[in-house]
Amino acid sequence: MNVSVIIPLLLFLILIFFFGLWSSRQLHASQNFLEDYFLGGRQLGGFILAMTMTATYGSASSFVGGPGVAYTQGLGWVLLAMSQVATGYFVLMILGKKFAIMARKYNAVTLIDFLKGRYNSKWVVITSALSIIIFLFSAMAAQWVGGARLIESITGLSYTSALFLFALSVLVYVIIGGFRAVALTDTVQGIVMFFGTLILLVATIIAGGGVSSIVADLSAENPNLLTPYGANLDLTPSYVSSFWILVGVGVVGLPQVTVRAMSYKSSKAMHRALIIGTIVVGFIMLNMHLIGVFARPILPGIEVGDKVMPLIAQEVLPPWLAGIVLAAPMAAIMSTVDSLLLLVSSAILKDVYLNYVKPDASNQRVKKLSITITAVLGILVFLMALNPPDLLIWLNLFAFGGLEAVFIWPVVMGLYWSKGNKYGALASMLVGIGSYIAIDQMTTTPLFGMHTVVLPVLSSLVIYVLVSLFTQHKVTEHQH
Amino acid sequence: MENNKNSDPRFKIAHREALIGVGLAIINFVWWFAFAYGLGDQTPEDYTYIWGLPSWFVYSCIGGFILMAVLVTFVVTVWFKEVPFDEEGGGPE
Repeated sequence: MNVSVIIPLLLFLILIFFFGLWSSRQLHASQNFLEDYFLGGRQLGGFILAMTMTATYGSASSFVGGPGVAYTQGLGWVLLAMSQVATGYFVLMILGKKFAIMARKYNAVTLIDFLKGRYNSKWVVITSALSIIIFLFSAMAAQWVGGARLIESITGLSYTSALFLFALSVLVYVIIGGFRAVALTDTVQGIVMFFGTLILLVATIIAGGGVSSIVADLSAENPNLLTPYGANLDLTPSYVSSFWILVGVGVVGLPQVTVRAMSYKSSKAMHRALIIGTIVVGFIMLNMHLIGVFARPILPGIEVGDKVMPLIAQEVLPPWLAGIVLAAPMAAIMSTVDSLLLLVSSAILKDVYLNYVKPDASNQRVKKLSITITAVLGILVFLMALNPPDLLIWLNLFAFGGLEAVFIWPVVMGLYWSKGNKYGALASMLVGIGSYIAIDQMTTTPLFGMHTVVLPVLSSLVIYVLVSLFTQHKVTEHQH
Repeated sequence: MENNKNSDPRFKIAHREALIGVGLAIINFVWWFAFAYGLGDQTPEDYTYIWGLPSWFVYSCIGGFILMAVLVTFVVTVWFKEVPFDEEGGGPE
């Protein structure tokens, strides 16, 4: 237990808490609770938009898991992680202005609202809501495990109490503040991540005696650590490249990302976010994965990948600074968790309950329900995370891939291909999710040397186009 | 509302910008792949180094990132156009 590490961390949590409080005051004054709670009233500016996007990409998978894998695999894993630079511009350019305009036309607050407006189909809505609830719930559980592990290794608390502390701090501010609080804290967290990784990288390089000496140590231990092929030469080019779909361009289909693409104020905000986002995402990804690689000669023999970041920070930095820097991965996890929590609860409340159970619920009732649902979800995740599975990163990537296979084409083709219809969308979602799970279950080695996500994403595109074309006569003159 | 989909001049801008996004991603991927597996394919003993790091890594990962940051800044400031989002006063407030 190291008090001088814990104090800065606690201060950080308190700061975050005040953002939640401040946002909740704005929420009380609002006329349109739903749009404000789940979307921040569509008023995000460029800088906040860029930061909230970045913080959403920089999930625990990359922040805690990623550097851990880089520690084992070497520079080849940094190469893989750099495919995420594309998210910085690709998502906002592809969804872009068309999505912002259409979302306003449909009065959409969630991704599912958009799909409902575009396809007008109950089945599309229900399938979407179910996949969001199932996949994001499992992603959340993985993130909570990461958060609790981090607190565990910093404070020396038991896993259970660490998890409890984490759950409490997340729940409090998601519940009171809603999306605006989440976006604001994302911004603080993005800034912390940006400088935190920079400071830690510099300190690690100094502790290792300079880049050349670290690289020489790595080369002496295993020269493969310096190749793009990984420590055992098992990272093939096609496997690494397929991550461009999983964590690069495929991110367009993730609901936690699309919801941000409908929350900004103006096209000016979007333009600024494009530039800032690309720079910040690339910078953070590069720094934190390099930290993982460079940590290897300094602290050899770390077994649990998730502990690389906390251990190296406490090794190379003075305690108080380590506390501040460790707020960075903490920040990344929290900001992912709180946006996921909000999304799952919006899927349940807005997309299922208000659409099909009780469309005429009063503003007051909606307010109460959204807070209750968020709280209950939080407690459920807490219970799941109590007995956690070991491979955090894979659990999390499974959820990402599943959601991408479901949503990418109904969203993208829905925007840019007027012939796309509800039959195509529904078939594409079912094929995407079905083939993803089937391939994941049935194969032990990567299919054609690529990540599991590739084939489902391709086949759901083919299905979308074919089914839409074949059912064209069924939907003619359905427009109003 | 639906049938003015293609006549709305804002959509022409939006479609063009989406295509630019696809173009940028292709440039990014080709650069990243070519340098990583072009220069990184030799045995590690034959690597050349820049700033102490293998040159494939510097060109592909660091160079690629800087290239994209510059390209995105250029494209957005020069080619992207500002458009209003609510024409019919749809949003509340």
